[in-house]
Amino acid sequence: MTRVKLIGLSACAALLALSSCKPKGAQSAVTGDAAQRVYVAPGQYDEVYSFTSGGFSGQVSVYGIPSGRMLKVLPVFSQDPESGYGYSEETKPMLMTSHGFVPWGDQHHLAISQTNGENDGRWLFANENNTPRVARIDLTTFTTTEIIEIPNSAGNHSSPFITENTEYVVAGTRFSVPFDDENGDVPIADYADKFSGAISFIKVNPENGRMNIDFQLKTPPVNYDLSHTGKGPSSGWFFFSTYNTEKAHTLLEVNASQRDKDFILAINWKKAAELAKAGKGRTVKTKYAHNVYDEGTHSATSEMLTDVTVLDVKDLIDEGFAYYIPCPKSPHGTDVDPTGEYFVGSGKLASLLPVFSFSKMMKAIEDKNYEGDFDGIPVLKYDAVLHGEVQKPGLGPLHTEFDNEGNAYTSFFVSSEVVKWNVKSLEVIDRQPTFYSTGHLTVVGGDTAKPYGKYLVAWNKITKDRYLPTGPELAQSAQLFDISGTKMELLLDFPTIGEPHYAQMIPADKIKDNQKRIYDINENNHKYVTKSEDATKVERNGNRVDIYMTLIRSHITPDNIEGIKMGDEVYFHVTNLEQDWDLPHGFAIMGNNNAEILVLPGETKTLKWIPTRSGIIPFYCTDFCSALHQEMQGYVRVSPAGSSTPIRFGTGDKAPTN
Amino acid sequence: MNTAKNTSLKTLTRILSAIAGLAMFSTLFLPIWKIELTAPQYPEGLEMYIYANKLGGEVDIINGLNHYIGMHTIHEDDFAEFAVLPYVLGLLAVFGLLTALVNRKWFFYLWCAFFIAFVVVLGLDFYFWLYNYGHNLDPTAPIQVPGMTYQPPLIGFKQLLNFGAFSIPASGGWVLAAVGTVMAGLVGYEIKKTKQ
Repeated sequence: MTRVKLIGLSACAALLALSSCKPKGAQSAVTGDAAQRVYVAPGQYDEVYSFTSGGFSGQVSVYGIPSGRMLKVLPVFSQDPESGYGYSEETKPMLMTSHGFVPWGDQHHLAISQTNGENDGRWLFANENNTPRVARIDLTTFTTTEIIEIPNSAGNHSSPFITENTEYVVAGTRFSVPFDDENGDVPIADYADKFSGAISFIKVNPENGRMNIDFQLKTPPVNYDLSHTGKGPSSGWFFFSTYNTEKAHTLLEVNASQRDKDFILAINWKKAAELAKAGKGRTVKTKYAHNVYDEGTHSATSEMLTDVTVLDVKDLIDEGFAYYIPCPKSPHGTDVDPTGEYFVGSGKLASLLPVFSFSKMMKAIEDKNYEGDFDGIPVLKYDAVLHGEVQKPGLGPLHTEFDNEGNAYTSFFVSSEVVKWNVKSLEVIDRQPTFYSTGHLTVVGGDTAKPYGKYLVAWNKITKDRYLPTGPELAQSAQLFDISGTKMELLLDFPTIGEPHYAQMIPADKIKDNQKRIYDINENNHKYVTKSEDATKVERNGNRVDIYMTLIRSHITPDNIEGIKMGDEVYFHVTNLEQDWDLPHGFAIMGNNNAEILVLPGETKTLKWIPTRSGIIPFYCTDFCSALHQEMQGYVRVSPAGSSTPIRFGTGDKAPTN
Repeated sequence: MNTAKNTSLKTLTRILSAIAGLAMFSTLFLPIWKIELTAPQYPEGLEMYIYANKLGGEVDIINGLNHYIGMHTIHEDDFAEFAVLPYVLGLLAVFGLLTALVNRKWFFYLWCAFFIAFVVVLGLDFYFWLYNYGHNLDPTAPIQVPGMTYQPPLIGFKQLLNFGAFSIPASGGWVLAAVGTVMAGLVGYEIKKTKQ
């Protein structure tokens, strides 16, 4: 009996011992004083802004780091009913494309403008992957002020990476497609012959940030994945990762994974720009939208452009501005270290991490050390360009960022970890698990010439058990690491919107002191601005009715409007007369087949409304503005079509009487 | 000789009077008084400055807020003082310089009397305006202030509903205070010297 008990007990003990052998969960991976290090006391500010891609939400989200608190979602490529972006008459043109109005986008990567290779905090560039576009966001107002469509492209993934002084923003196509001036009605199986890759160089005006496509490169039909600019010694060069050099057009999963090595395409963009300027390209007829938001008129305009300059790389091979560098297994990220001498290709199916040397690349080019060519473009010898390989770094490397001490941090999707290694010695220094399957990662300033370091965020693709479950669709997740020591320390999980792809993190000081608080009403040049309550009016022109309306705490002028008829198209041109910070007013009208508009101090916005029934229709301020916000309301009287109700309007003493 | 000496000023008085007179010119450009307002919604505070000839600071925002309690909106044009004040201050400054030149006790004392009268009238005038704004509240305003009075303090701090109002001299006001202090000192000094 006793013996049986003893055996039972020891069996239990053995099982317990075994179970304690199982690797520990994330709970134990957290540093003891992590809470203190991410705690930003009430009234205190975060140290860093993180501009994080909103993925398939089409928007960009803004977080404070280290707290991981979401500060704002910036509407960029998708309509935003909360602010009226893409719903108001002024912002509808922002979402125009050559395909017409596209209310949604897939936002992946971000780039903060740079001066001398450092983030200057002026603008934020964002790509759209589905209907190829690049947006520019003004970081004094956190609003999208420009969107340009990319012709001859499909799936703008390798974008919007920028040069050291924001001379160019690039856009490399993920899908190769027939060019817009070619007959695209071809068998898909003609991929290798009829399809082409396109890389666009968008010039940025240094004064106002305005974008225009300076030139495009027409390349062999491969997929472009990511890119980064050279810096310092490699200034003037751009590196693009490619995959599907197999030129597959179906089941890419298998067919684009056959070759042992794909390529990094090195482009001397300064030379390419000179060639374009020298007229070596040809003008391709196409159609692409260029949408610009003017802060003075508070309105966007959309222009359809028809010409783009294209340099066909295969015709210009002798100019020596394009070279392929073999890179193992479908490279994803191509990342340049702060010195500009080393660049890393992350083959997402590779078991090692190649680090290339720019000076060796230049030597190989000089010596014509080619292993052959790909569609005529010289392919440099792998070993001739290689600085070295990080051995056994992990499985499925995707992206690499850098700190200011010569270290690199690479994300590994398959083995779900972040690995820190030394760029020169190629030794692995530390590895930390992520939860789970990190895609991009971001170090503060980690892709610039002067990384700020300190924090690293891994943007995870899988969340599973990290948060309270919310049905089949779970929160997206980010994980914050402190990288100031030798070992990386996990500090915090925080949920994100959409799917976070890339992000740009920048010290708060470079952004927060430049914030605009209000729009000066004296500088409001909106066509339908109303600068005082005395100037409010209602104008009928056929069945179009323009209502010049003002908002100020806590009333709407006019708040009684009569004489609207069924069949009318009504435009509420709403001006917020406030000139104080943090005093937006909202405006909504019952039953409108549209959104609300959020009108900022000194701004004018227009909401279109087509009445659906006669009767009394109320409207009100939606943004709690004052103690008397609930009183901030009004009525429209809608009469049947053809009735003789005169137009009358006013507020208070001036309201129409019976 | 003796008489002349008795009626003329000490050198110290003449120098300091000249300096005081010169300093007073600065009050033509510097804000003389300020009212600071703080509330939970205004952690950064709101300020209104009163200059010799104008108002400064966030007057529009304060007016916007005052409409809730029915206070009259504050407009520069409503104050006749702004047309007169720069001349009076200029005259006082010139008076100081003349005191040094004229070098007569009676002139000095006249200047002092003029200055004191000016400060008293200015204070009374300021109080009158504050009283006026604080007591003529629109009875149909959304918020009925208890007792229908909302008078900011002449000087010092007072809590007015959710606003803390702090009324203090601004840089120009401190110049006037310094001039007054020096003047008082000099009066004492002259009297003492005369008795000796």
